[in-house]
Amino acid sequence: MTERLETRFEALKKEGRAGLVTFITAGDPNPETSLEILNGLPGAGADIIELGMPFSDPMADGPAIQLSSQRALNNGASMIRTLDMVNSFRERDDATPIILMGYFNPIYRYGPQRFLDDAISIGVDGLIIVDLPPEEDDELCHACLTAGLNWIRLTTPASDNNRISSVLRNSSGFVYHVAITGITGTRSAEIGELEATVKRIRTQTSLPIAVGFGVRSQSQVRDIGRFADAVVVGSALVNTVKSALEKKLTKRQIASKVHDFVTELATGLR
Amino acid sequence: MNPVVPITDSYRSGPDDSGHFGIFGGRFVAETLMPLILEVNQAWQQYRNDENYLADIKYYAEHYVGRPSPLYFAKRLTEHLDGAKIYFKRDELNHTGSHKINNTLGQILLARRMKKHRIIAETGAGQHGVAAATVCALFDLPCVVYMGETDIERQAPNVFRMKLLGTEVVPVTSGTATLKDAMNEALRDWVANVEDTFYIIGTCAGPHPYPEMVREFQSIIGRETRDQIMQYENRLPDVLVACIGGGSNSIGLFHPFLDESSVQIIGVEAGGLGIDTGQHAASLTGGQPGVLHGNRTYLLQNADGQIRDAYSISAGLDYPGIGPEHSWLHEQGRIEYVSVTDQEALEAFQVCCRTEGIIPALEPSHALAHVIKIAPTMSRDQIIVMNMCGRGDKDVFAVAEALGETL
Repeated sequence: MTERLETRFEALKKEGRAGLVTFITAGDPNPETSLEILNGLPGAGADIIELGMPFSDPMADGPAIQLSSQRALNNGASMIRTLDMVNSFRERDDATPIILMGYFNPIYRYGPQRFLDDAISIGVDGLIIVDLPPEEDDELCHACLTAGLNWIRLTTPASDNNRISSVLRNSSGFVYHVAITGITGTRSAEIGELEATVKRIRTQTSLPIAVGFGVRSQSQVRDIGRFADAVVVGSALVNTVKSALEKKLTKRQIASKVHDFVTELATGLR
Repeated sequence: MNPVVPITDSYRSGPDDSGHFGIFGGRFVAETLMPLILEVNQAWQQYRNDENYLADIKYYAEHYVGRPSPLYFAKRLTEHLDGAKIYFKRDELNHTGSHKINNTLGQILLARRMKKHRIIAETGAGQHGVAAATVCALFDLPCVVYMGETDIERQAPNVFRMKLLGTEVVPVTSGTATLKDAMNEALRDWVANVEDTFYIIGTCAGPHPYPEMVREFQSIIGRETRDQIMQYENRLPDVLVACIGGGSNSIGLFHPFLDESSVQIIGVEAGGLGIDTGQHAASLTGGQPGVLHGNRTYLLQNADGQIRDAYSISAGLDYPGIGPEHSWLHEQGRIEYVSVTDQEALEAFQVCCRTEGIIPALEPSHALAHVIKIAPTMSRDQIIVMNMCGRGDKDVFAVAEALGETL
């Protein structure tokens, strides 16, 4: 298994704080700007990077992430370019864990084994493939774990203890708990209920637990960071890209807007 | 009579417990959706053979939908083509004007048993949306139908029908604003409303158990056809023909005949402006296997696995995928899949109006175009059954425009 994730979670534990996981879509709004955003994330305060692989039909995501996928695809995003982006990032940063998040079809077309080989060789640390539940583990999960990449799965408020245990089987790296029933970037969770659910999941696993969906402000990050091991922010970041584009800002200015927002969020955990 | 076919050699034994037809089908959905899918499957397995449930479906099918639909000998068309005898299975005579209500009826009766109080559906042409809105009015359940903005513009009469029936039609602007995006939006609604909502999928696609469930509800078409043709001709047909978008009317007609080796089965996809132009909706003829909307199946996509837009003059065939069972039957070679262009379908549409006094929907006009090609090559004692799965009232504006007429 690649060790960056484990090392990072151990370091966070020593610091006595939760980590910040930042989601951006690879190639959004275009390859150059996206790389500039990616490269600056660790410096801005991101502890773990979740990089979205654009897909035309992201059915578990809300409008913000779907639009970011479309911007990326309209400007030439592809699987090869996403992997190239990770490769360039790794040349300057060999410590920050990178998780690729996406849907199965682009991987299926690319070739699952070829994808795993390429992902490992350029320094990817784990995968979140939204539409591959435990029922479809033969498609990619087993090969992924054999290859030494982390396989990260989602638990939801609707998962009962039996379901959580099927989800945890063959999970590694961390558990991504979905705070709300719904899609990304919509309503926010009630904090007390969320804490109780995270506690319930903890009784079933020793893996770190990250919480995401509907998290968009420093105060939410701070509140969730009190009981979770990491907090994920996604839609709010890609919305920052969108509004910066609408203001016709330059590549550097767009990246700064995103980085400033990440720093603001990260402050909530320090 | 039924030859005894060992189960392993049967084309009718799928899917397996995990919803696979060979490599196709499955449950490729987000974890957020998984508890819902499992709940639907549990209810479906519990009720699929329940006497009370089946009696309920039968009652409404007879008294409300108007089943059985006639199997009609198209005498003038047969004489016009001077070849095989042509029968139409008249599912366009169902209440709401298409086969879609066979499915919405079965699903809403299941939703009621699951104590779900809110219904959602997706629609392209609006036929499934109308069929869902209809049963929701009948059973007094609130209904939300997701429909691409592009489709709302070109299917105004059906949008108004749904509104009259008390359904809320939500325009979908994401992605390409067509049927596939409407399905994405419906899935998003479903994960956000876990407790009270049932999703009535309109075709034999989606995560398990939908492809199987929809097929079972639509198989009434083939079962009736079988009884009727035995009664009229005392033998099975030589050829079955049906059009395919997602594939629900066709699997409904075909499934009860799959193990009859004497019956040749042909599915007709929408060739749009021609397969070579890339402007079509023929997933099997012009696509590759992939994963979308919960199942592995043939999809229209680019080399990078991004889903391409489908195109057809018929909004009901305009979907970039196809039910997984069709993908399997295609690879098994049991069914022959062909395609027909917009132009050929339009010509068949007009032939049908004039020879039979039936205004067909543009969807079965595709099937008819293929019948027109093959009937003259067959002998007069051979029999073709074609599924007339929808009536054409909804299409008169589109046809007028295509023929250059102003209404």
